[in-house]
Amino acid sequence: MTDATATTDTTAVREVLAQHGRLTVDIQTLDEDFDLYGAGLTSLATVGIMLALEDRFEIEFPESMLSRSTFRSVSAIAEAVARLAG
Amino acid sequence: MMPVADLPAVSTASATDAVDFDELLNRVHVIGRDVLAVHAADVDRLARFPVESIDAMKEARLLSAYVPVEYGGMGLNIVEMARICEALGQYCGSSAMIYAMHCIQVACVVHHAQESSYFRHYLRDLVTEQRLMASATTEIGTGGDLRSSVCAIEVNGDCFTLTKKAPVISYGEYSDDILVTCRRAPDAAASEQVHVMVKRGEYHAEPLSTWDTMGFRGTCSSGFTLTSHGATDQILPTPFNDILSQTMHPYSHIVWGALWTGIAADAVNQARAFVRAEARKTPGETPISAIRLAEVDLVLQEMRHNVYSLAREYHELLSNNAGESIHGFGFSIRTNNLKLSCSQRIVEIVGQALLICGIQGYRNDSKFSLSRHLRDSYGAALMVNNDRITKLNATMLLAHREGH
Repeated sequence: MTDATATTDTTAVREVLAQHGRLTVDIQTLDEDFDLYGAGLTSLATVGIMLALEDRFEIEFPESMLSRSTFRSVSAIAEAVARLAG
Repeated sequence: MMPVADLPAVSTASATDAVDFDELLNRVHVIGRDVLAVHAADVDRLARFPVESIDAMKEARLLSAYVPVEYGGMGLNIVEMARICEALGQYCGSSAMIYAMHCIQVACVVHHAQESSYFRHYLRDLVTEQRLMASATTEIGTGGDLRSSVCAIEVNGDCFTLTKKAPVISYGEYSDDILVTCRRAPDAAASEQVHVMVKRGEYHAEPLSTWDTMGFRGTCSSGFTLTSHGATDQILPTPFNDILSQTMHPYSHIVWGALWTGIAADAVNQARAFVRAEARKTPGETPISAIRLAEVDLVLQEMRHNVYSLAREYHELLSNNAGESIHGFGFSIRTNNLKLSCSQRIVEIVGQALLICGIQGYRNDSKFSLSRHLRDSYGAALMVNNDRITKLNATMLLAHREGH
């Protein structure tokens, strides 16, 4: 994975989070490793995020990746997307 | 009534040192027969707190049944707790519900606050004083969503103040301590919640509404404006979100399912007694009602099996410290399914028992009366509304990929 891909993914991840994350703070103000659960992310909201990511990147999350840690931060989500798309 | 016989085998590993569980369960049935059942009709008619039942439970040290042995409690596991709730449910639904709700609060402290010296002390006090714990989670203005709060705790140094408008605090007038959800600070988002214990003498409960309902009348679940103060030590050291998903949600649905099974089992016992009396009149001929009894007995067995199956799964997850699995959609969906299923089956079973007992079950003044059972049973689908739970499952199933 190149740096360029990683950057694209993070931007897209932020867009998805802005639309489906139901966060209590503006996602653009959070850095990549900020704990999203501390920003109001709920496990139910992760369903919408997952579906949007699957649609956007044409990927499918296996059950084993539907854990709290997968959605913990922007970088964690981008990493998961990269792994599934790769 | 006899203790039910067809229960799955239970590991009593956690409690072997402290109590002989079978002996304890027998004692619970004695209390049920001699105390709960004696006052159940009066508690129901007057919608009054079952003070005799709770006193008897305190005397038997049942209020600390789930407290670990090291604090002086019985150290029972969730499967054993479910069996106690089922036993109590056979004699008085309201008393059993109060006991179950108390135990849910105890579990929140046992699972999520033992790292705090304040709460380790509290657990010892709970054992010696047999303190009754209540819960204030719902709030006016949140539409029944436990995961958001309007009220916020206000901390000043080591002290806090907290005011909450709670549409329901079951037995709030009779409890010693109340676990209250609220936002962690006045500027926090609705979902950033903490769980705080407020203690008798440090809170004032101003009535907002009364409790005159169809069933579970003795739970006295009126609404209150709760004004409280205390020390910041009384804030549980775990965010409420984790307490809810790891403990309150699974624990509630297991102990509720268990006590509803007890109510259903008592209805079936009454139907059995009725059928037997019928059969005696015409020896050698199986009465038609016996067929209905056979059918309803099957549903009861399924209901009970569902409760203990999830209780054992939860017990294993807790024993293996599998927090991530408890958080997972699979376990959440199964927990919700247990609630949906049990709350429907209790109505079905009591309804069938009523058909068997006929007019004798319909009467209020007959020993076969099923009026209270039927009215209690309809409450099961409404306390945490089934529609809300089904919708949550529908959302989670969009993500959940496997059958388990």
